Amino acid sequence: MSTLDTAVPGLHEEHHGPAKGLGRWLFTTNHKDIGTLYLWFSLLMFLTGGVMALLIRSELFQPGLQLVEPGFFNQLTTMHGLIMVFGAVMPAFVGLANWMVPLMIGAPDMALPRMNNWSFWILPFAFAILISTLFMDGGAPNFGWTFYAPLSTTYAPPSVTYFIFSIHIMGASSIMGAINIIATILNMRAPGMTMMKLPLFVWTWLITAFLLIAVMPVLAGVVTMMLMDIHFGTSFFNAAGGGDPVLFQHVFWFFGHPEVYIMILPAFGIVSQIIPTFSRKKLFGYASMVYATASIAVLSFLVWAHHMFTVGLPLAGELFFMFATMLIAVPTGVKVFNWVATMYRGSLTFETPMLFAVAFVVLFTIGGFSGLMLAIAPVDFQYHDTYFVVAHFHYVLVPGAIFSIMAGVYYWLPKWTGHMLDERMGKLHFWLSFIGVNITFFPMHFLGLAGMPRRIPDYALQFADFNMIASIGAFIFGFSQLLFVWNVIQNIRSREAATARVWEGAQGLEWEVPSPAPYHTHTTPPKVE
Amino acid sequence: MGTIRTIRTIISGLSLVLLPFTARAEWTVNLSPGVTEVSRSVYDLHMTIFWICVAIGCVVFGVMFWSIFHHRKSKGAKAHHFHEHTLVEIAWTLVPLGILVAMAVPATATLVKMYDPSEADLDIQITGYQWKWRYTYLDKDLDFFSNLATPREQIGNEEAKGDNYLLEVDRHLVLPTDTKIRLLLTANDVIHSWWVPALAVKKDAIPGFINEAWTRIDEPGIYRGQCAELCGQDHGFMPIVVEAVPPEQFQQWLAQVKAEKQAEAAAAEKSWTLDELMTQGEQVYLRACAACHQPTGTGVPPAFPALKGSPVALGDVGAHIDIVLNGRPGTAMQAFRDQLSATELAAVITYERNAWGNSTGEAVAPSQITRILEGNAETAGEGAQ
Repeated sequence: MSTLDTAVPGLHEEHHGPAKGLGRWLFTTNHKDIGTLYLWFSLLMFLTGGVMALLIRSELFQPGLQLVEPGFFNQLTTMHGLIMVFGAVMPAFVGLANWMVPLMIGAPDMALPRMNNWSFWILPFAFAILISTLFMDGGAPNFGWTFYAPLSTTYAPPSVTYFIFSIHIMGASSIMGAINIIATILNMRAPGMTMMKLPLFVWTWLITAFLLIAVMPVLAGVVTMMLMDIHFGTSFFNAAGGGDPVLFQHVFWFFGHPEVYIMILPAFGIVSQIIPTFSRKKLFGYASMVYATASIAVLSFLVWAHHMFTVGLPLAGELFFMFATMLIAVPTGVKVFNWVATMYRGSLTFETPMLFAVAFVVLFTIGGFSGLMLAIAPVDFQYHDTYFVVAHFHYVLVPGAIFSIMAGVYYWLPKWTGHMLDERMGKLHFWLSFIGVNITFFPMHFLGLAGMPRRIPDYALQFADFNMIASIGAFIFGFSQLLFVWNVIQNIRSREAATARVWEGAQGLEWEVPSPAPYHTHTTPPKVE
Repeated sequence: MGTIRTIRTIISGLSLVLLPFTARAEWTVNLSPGVTEVSRSVYDLHMTIFWICVAIGCVVFGVMFWSIFHHRKSKGAKAHHFHEHTLVEIAWTLVPLGILVAMAVPATATLVKMYDPSEADLDIQITGYQWKWRYTYLDKDLDFFSNLATPREQIGNEEAKGDNYLLEVDRHLVLPTDTKIRLLLTANDVIHSWWVPALAVKKDAIPGFINEAWTRIDEPGIYRGQCAELCGQDHGFMPIVVEAVPPEQFQQWLAQVKAEKQAEAAAAEKSWTLDELMTQGEQVYLRACAACHQPTGTGVPPAFPALKGSPVALGDVGAHIDIVLNGRPGTAMQAFRDQLSATELAAVITYERNAWGNSTGEAVAPSQITRILEGNAETAGEGAQ
């Protein structure tokens, strides 16, 4: 360690360490502290949303109503979706960006450190408000995470106003986070770190941040229109007053579809860091990866109505959105081919991060196939709003986004804590998760094709068997996440010191600083040749 | 299909060991081809695209697993140093594009077929309500609601579940086969979605707007479906049952329904005892009111107020009748004037005024309701909103 410490440029200029006590976390402007806060927060939300998922799966274990009332069931599905999307996946990626982007581009911190603190610390308030609605008269929001009007306006519980307020805060947090990331990447790269040398995680986050800035205001707009309809007598979404409920869906999905890519592009970035490391081979097709990510981002603005094939679009509209959606398969395919080509003729090892990354590629691709099927408008009439859709988006979000986050955490954890992971426990977590996730979500394809609608608390008897299997899988997956928590805590407490490089094949500036990364890094910009 | 069958056998074998009591249910793992020309071409399209995906998956995962097994460090694999290849990269951009075009052609053809705007022989208006469907046979003077018929005891696990658990209704949507039927969809409150898989029709029913779909059923039979758009508490409890019958039988059915309607109107004019009204009222209440106000009349405040001991049920009869007939705008309380017959309305109001200890002893006569309905019908023309 000591030899490494002295070998690191800039370490001697470190004039102070972290403050002590709670104040360190409340007032911190350090990108590593804020990254840590984001990650712990996201883990807490992941477990909260997970408990809700397990309640949902318990109710669906058998036909008939056993545990919860249908009204509360709807609150659970709504809160599960909102918490997982806005509380677990998005903050986890922001946390990873906070930790890793400055380390990867050779910057001493984020460009706007005070705003960084602010953008994190408003999040707990947003979620405290959202979760408090569960205890309000009339219950929590019960209209699904997509909150279609007029169910979410005229027919909503009174808590909808708190929901709108909390969405506004989350949006503000995301926009500030995105501005910070863009400002950092564009202005604070080390000399010689040209755009086409940026690690892919940085590239994907740069593009994601632009998506966030473009669409979070749209989300803010749509909830504000709801607020006006509910409290100020407007009729944006009320046909009786000259409005249109379908307008809500157009505006929502203009946000919602890019949002889907906000949750997957950073995942592409993480996987593009991990696969080359454990293949001991440079990423295949770096430039085409960057262009593919950018094309996915551009296309994401042109496909929103594929979520609305059954609302009664004109034929020309259906065709346009069908073709545009199918087109997304091309850049997505390029990415998958590049990952496979990176592994091809490499020198592969399968440590925990690599296992999660490989599972990501396989299972995300399966989610991509069902996505392609859903893009075909005439057959989407059969799939739309069934468990086939539930299977599809859980395949891209759980073994997609969530697996990539876990891969990233296992990959960079030694850099954060300075300790190596207990590989045996990491692999146990991986295999239980992998098996659990597939037992949970694969049968949902069958359920959807057999005709089970989504968002129902009780179902006809022909759906009983697969629902029971899915519920068993959900419990395996859910409880194996306790192993993840255990692994992280054990890693923090472990004594097995990590080297600066950590992984044999690791490349990039983040591996040039010691492990654990000192409180201040790259205070003198490293040179990139 | 061989692989699917194998997987199916394995899974059902497992379930026989693990979950013996579920073994009697059928295992459906795929779309049904359905009973219309459109549904069959949708099914064919679905299978085509599915197999294309399977083929691509085999190639991609094949190469990947080849690398996983053969290019391991533990097997002494040395990493090669290639990291780009323009030709290969162009190829794997253009080849998928070609495959997509090949998919788009049949997809477009099927879609165009679904959007056929030609005249239909029968028009049905379908209106979604929280949480039931209303079917109006346009130009046939026929209009009725279709409610879930599964008893609450089955849902609450107090009774064994029937074969068509949650997929049975009190009145089927009867349609003629071999006839082009146009469906005009709208909703009374929130967005619903009318879906019958065997017809490959799923279209949103949107309040204030009318959507259009059509079908031509080839085979007589009973086809079940469900609401496919989250529409509130009982979204999972508003099934759809289509009964397709040959055209002659459809005409007979129309005549029969009209005769029944006249008989019912006559029954409303006879005098009813309190007991008779209470007996019928309880049935109507459990079917039409109990979802919100609960079988015990205690409701789920604040959204669904209690009727037990409520000022409405114990106070002025006229006000009570008015709320049941016309609903309360801006709340979940619907107008029941079109949903229930005069006799049913009288019975349920009588029931609400005399059940759960609401002992007013008052009976509302069906003829009284008939007169109110007739009176309103006359003034409705003038008092247009």
